Amino acid sequence: MSADRREWPLYEVFVRGKRGLNHVHVGSLHAPDDTMAVRHARDVYTRRNEGVSIWVVRADAITASSPDEKDPLFAPSGDKVYRHPTFYEIPGDVPHI
Amino acid sequence: MTTTPARPDQEERLQAAFDATIARHDRIEPRDWMPDPYRRTLVRQIAQHAHSEIIGMQPEGNWIGRAPSLRRKAILLAKVQDEAGHGLYLYAACETLGVSRAELTELLLTGRQKYSSIFNYPTLSYADVGTIGWLVDGAAICNQVPLCRTSYGPYGRAMIRICKEESFHQRQGYELLMTMMRGTSEQRAMVQESVDRFWWPALMMFGPPDTQSPNSERSMAWGIKRNSNDELRQKFVDMTVPQAEALGVTLPDPGLRWNEERGHHDFGEPDWAELAAVIRGDGPCNAQRLAHRRAAHEDGAWVREAATAFAERSAQDRTEAAAPTTTGEGGR
Repeated sequence: MSADRREWPLYEVFVRGKRGLNHVHVGSLHAPDDTMAVRHARDVYTRRNEGVSIWVVRADAITASSPDEKDPLFAPSGDKVYRHPTFYEIPGDVPHI
Repeated sequence: MTTTPARPDQEERLQAAFDATIARHDRIEPRDWMPDPYRRTLVRQIAQHAHSEIIGMQPEGNWIGRAPSLRRKAILLAKVQDEAGHGLYLYAACETLGVSRAELTELLLTGRQKYSSIFNYPTLSYADVGTIGWLVDGAAICNQVPLCRTSYGPYGRAMIRICKEESFHQRQGYELLMTMMRGTSEQRAMVQESVDRFWWPALMMFGPPDTQSPNSERSMAWGIKRNSNDELRQKFVDMTVPQAEALGVTLPDPGLRWNEERGHHDFGEPDWAELAAVIRGDGPCNAQRLAHRRAAHEDGAWVREAATAFAERSAQDRTEAAAPTTTGEGGR
């Protein structure tokens, strides 16, 4: 109970459910290195054919937007309603549009 | 993943934003501001839940070497492996609240955090493997399904994964018991004896009655809990009675009967003094469970150390390989 108290780094795990889909974040785990992180991810997150491909990323390598910045960061897209197809009125009898 | 302490003038605004998120049944995510008591309650609940999964490997693990067929052994191995996986999902969720894995392990091993009292009962016969799947995992499912909608995002996501897998656990247990009930009278008696031992402890898994559960109300206001202990206990009894009939066993409660007026079953009062004693540490297996967990942790230390040393060595080798060298085999 001495040397092992140094914690293994935290990895975030992403799994591709099947071909054609994106890798999706499924959770996290600790591992001593990248290779072991993939092995652990297989055991912890894909015991029932949940995936065909795994990515692991050191959690400290991820840069995230800050929750405090939420408004300044995402607000500008809120008033650009013209970016959505429903903004445009098209007569009902025009087909295929 | 820690948030900087808020100044008092900010605190009010942050609390209002938190309250609004809870009020619209939205989720709180790790880097959001949250009140300290909310964070502490979650750490305690998720950690206790994680510890329960890890300690919960023991009662059934006890029967892996003695499972009666390769089929049953493979099923039991898969189930115990799932429990380990569930523990890991939950530890990971708990760590998003700013507590480390090492701390959580330490809190379990030193007995400062609890795990579910059900795992302090022994598994005396092979029928217990089936009964645990049917009643104990059945009660766990009742408790856990509403937690998929809990207000803390990572906890809810872990619960969704867990609930999907628990369904296999309950069904394998019930199927095991059905098989035994089709066997000899001796096997049927084993099933009944096992159900007699586990029925009341399973009812206690929902915790003390609502009138004696002071923190419940606050947890419900925060959206951590979605149903009260007594509501879930009633739901479990109503679900289980027809299953017991189909199986052909008797539930050991003379007070158990359908109440037409309420539209629910009436049932007897579990022995709350027993629950208190088991939680206090005086259950049949408390000492054994913790001693086993400590020994497993210490026995595994060399593996963790070796993996760490190997990772360090490999990282060092890569650095040396990347750097141009003028020594050794004549440079390049």
